[in-house]
Amino acid sequence: MVVQELERQHTSRLVVPAPAPIGQPAVVVDGISKRFVSKPLAPWKEPTVVTANADVSFSVARNEIFGILGANGSGKSTLIRMISTLLIPDEGRIEVFGLDVRRDEAEVKKLINRVSVEASFFKKLSPLENLGYALRLYGRTGADVRGETVATLERLGIERSKMDKPLEELSRGMQQKVAIARAFLTSPVLLLLDEPTTGLDPRSKHEVQRFVRELRDEHDATILLCTHDMAEAEELCERMAVLHKGRLVALDTVPGLKARAGAEMGVAEPTLEAVFIHLTGRSLDDEDDEGEAA
Amino acid sequence: MSVNASPSRRVNPVPGAGIGREARASWAFVERNFYLVRRYWHLELAFLVFNVTSAMSVLYIGEAQMQRDAAGAIAAEQRLDLVLYLGIGTVVWAYLRAVFGNVGEMVAWERWEGTIEYTMMAPVSRLTHMLGVSLFSIIYGLARSALLLGVLALFFSVDLSRANLGGAALVLLAGSLSFIGFGIMAATLPLLFPERGEEMTFVISSLLLVVSGVYYPVSVLPDWMEPLATVSPATYVLEGMRATILDGAATLAIGPYLLPILVLGVVTLPLGLAVFGWAERYAKRTGKLKRSG
Repeated sequence: MVVQELERQHTSRLVVPAPAPIGQPAVVVDGISKRFVSKPLAPWKEPTVVTANADVSFSVARNEIFGILGANGSGKSTLIRMISTLLIPDEGRIEVFGLDVRRDEAEVKKLINRVSVEASFFKKLSPLENLGYALRLYGRTGADVRGETVATLERLGIERSKMDKPLEELSRGMQQKVAIARAFLTSPVLLLLDEPTTGLDPRSKHEVQRFVRELRDEHDATILLCTHDMAEAEELCERMAVLHKGRLVALDTVPGLKARAGAEMGVAEPTLEAVFIHLTGRSLDDEDDEGEAA
Repeated sequence: MSVNASPSRRVNPVPGAGIGREARASWAFVERNFYLVRRYWHLELAFLVFNVTSAMSVLYIGEAQMQRDAAGAIAAEQRLDLVLYLGIGTVVWAYLRAVFGNVGEMVAWERWEGTIEYTMMAPVSRLTHMLGVSLFSIIYGLARSALLLGVLALFFSVDLSRANLGGAALVLLAGSLSFIGFGIMAATLPLLFPERGEEMTFVISSLLLVVSGVYYPVSVLPDWMEPLATVSPATYVLEGMRATILDGAATLAIGPYLLPILVLGVVTLPLGLAVFGWAERYAKRTGKLKRSG
């Protein structure tokens, strides 16, 4: 307990109070904790408890691109799942545009969409069939929708001849682009991106990043981006939270994080990777030994 | 609190509202499943061949028994049309199993595809979701059973001159309701037990098969098993179907079969939805929604 308290004190001094968002924030995460308990079949054995998130708090301004940076197992995906109503927190509350994700789940679902590292499609169905299904669920039907779908896929570099092929015959990069198109076509006001460009080539990454900006600028969307791609985070995010072992250890703009960590490190202009290592004591390639099981 | 807190920059939620939007969302599940059946046509063909050959094996047992009866001293009017009796059991069970299977395996299937989280996150009520899956399961079950019936008609000649086919269809459709209710309850098992939930749904359908008198009258069951038949909707569906097809019972006379079927439907449908809602919350609390087994 003493060690944990010292660690908490050590990390909490690095959290910079973020400037309060003007007007109603898009997302408020207030004191969120989540633990996963695995009970063994043998009743005399102790259950295994994994702490995925511990007392995490932050808020995201409307129209902001907000990054969550953390190693594998740091609790990023668990946090995204709780915001997207797929997991119920043990403690704390989450609000999306003033709506409580537990109490107002149905309303929150109308405002959000999520792109995860797995493309989450029916493998045998084509991109057009998969998108047609998704768009119907989001209330988008009509003659113009198919044309818009085709145009969006073409803009993402997917040839017309591949739009009717089973998705399993497309490369992972292509599948991920279809997932981005799905999110784009449903025009969410809050887009949750969980490592959306993992496994994509540099050109595809650039296209996806362009789409993310476009979604923010043209559709008035707020973007919450989980990543362990430093360059992407630096390129896209206005502010960034760093998660380590399920705890928030830093929150600031990228220049702000660099300035504070640089001062502590005695380095004038540290890279974001150096900042991350300084904050967490490990590189992004390392997995956190605590945190989510995912 | 309102999502339109800032009028100058209004949040744009999902378009449309009300029954129309929910109906379109429900149709999304029907259309998606049609696409899946079309893409997995080779699996459908394999299952159809399996169904047809299994049904033929059962019906030939009936044929053999009838030939023995004809050679014996049993008078023609006292002989049960065993082929028709078994045929009704086979086709009705194929239909009810298809309805139950489609609804019961919806979670397991989406878990296998990796789409379960996306579906659960979509802005549709669980009732809309279930209605879509159920509607497809009825259409799919009817199509499969019609195909099975068509193939069996090529091999066996049966006398349907006395049959009340309208009454039979009524009994079958009414029976679908409670099988959908059972299916929704079964669908919670893969939510609660990601690694073995799907197998547990097979156990439920197997138990229904044994106690419901699909191939034999319930009266041949041991005394302790007979009460189980009274809580199985398939028992009443099969009895009602046999009464209308074998005995030509009039539609007005099938009340004794329809009543328990409808009572079971009224009980199992809302119960299934309630149980599913509880299981979904449990899965979201424990993180079992994501696990793929």
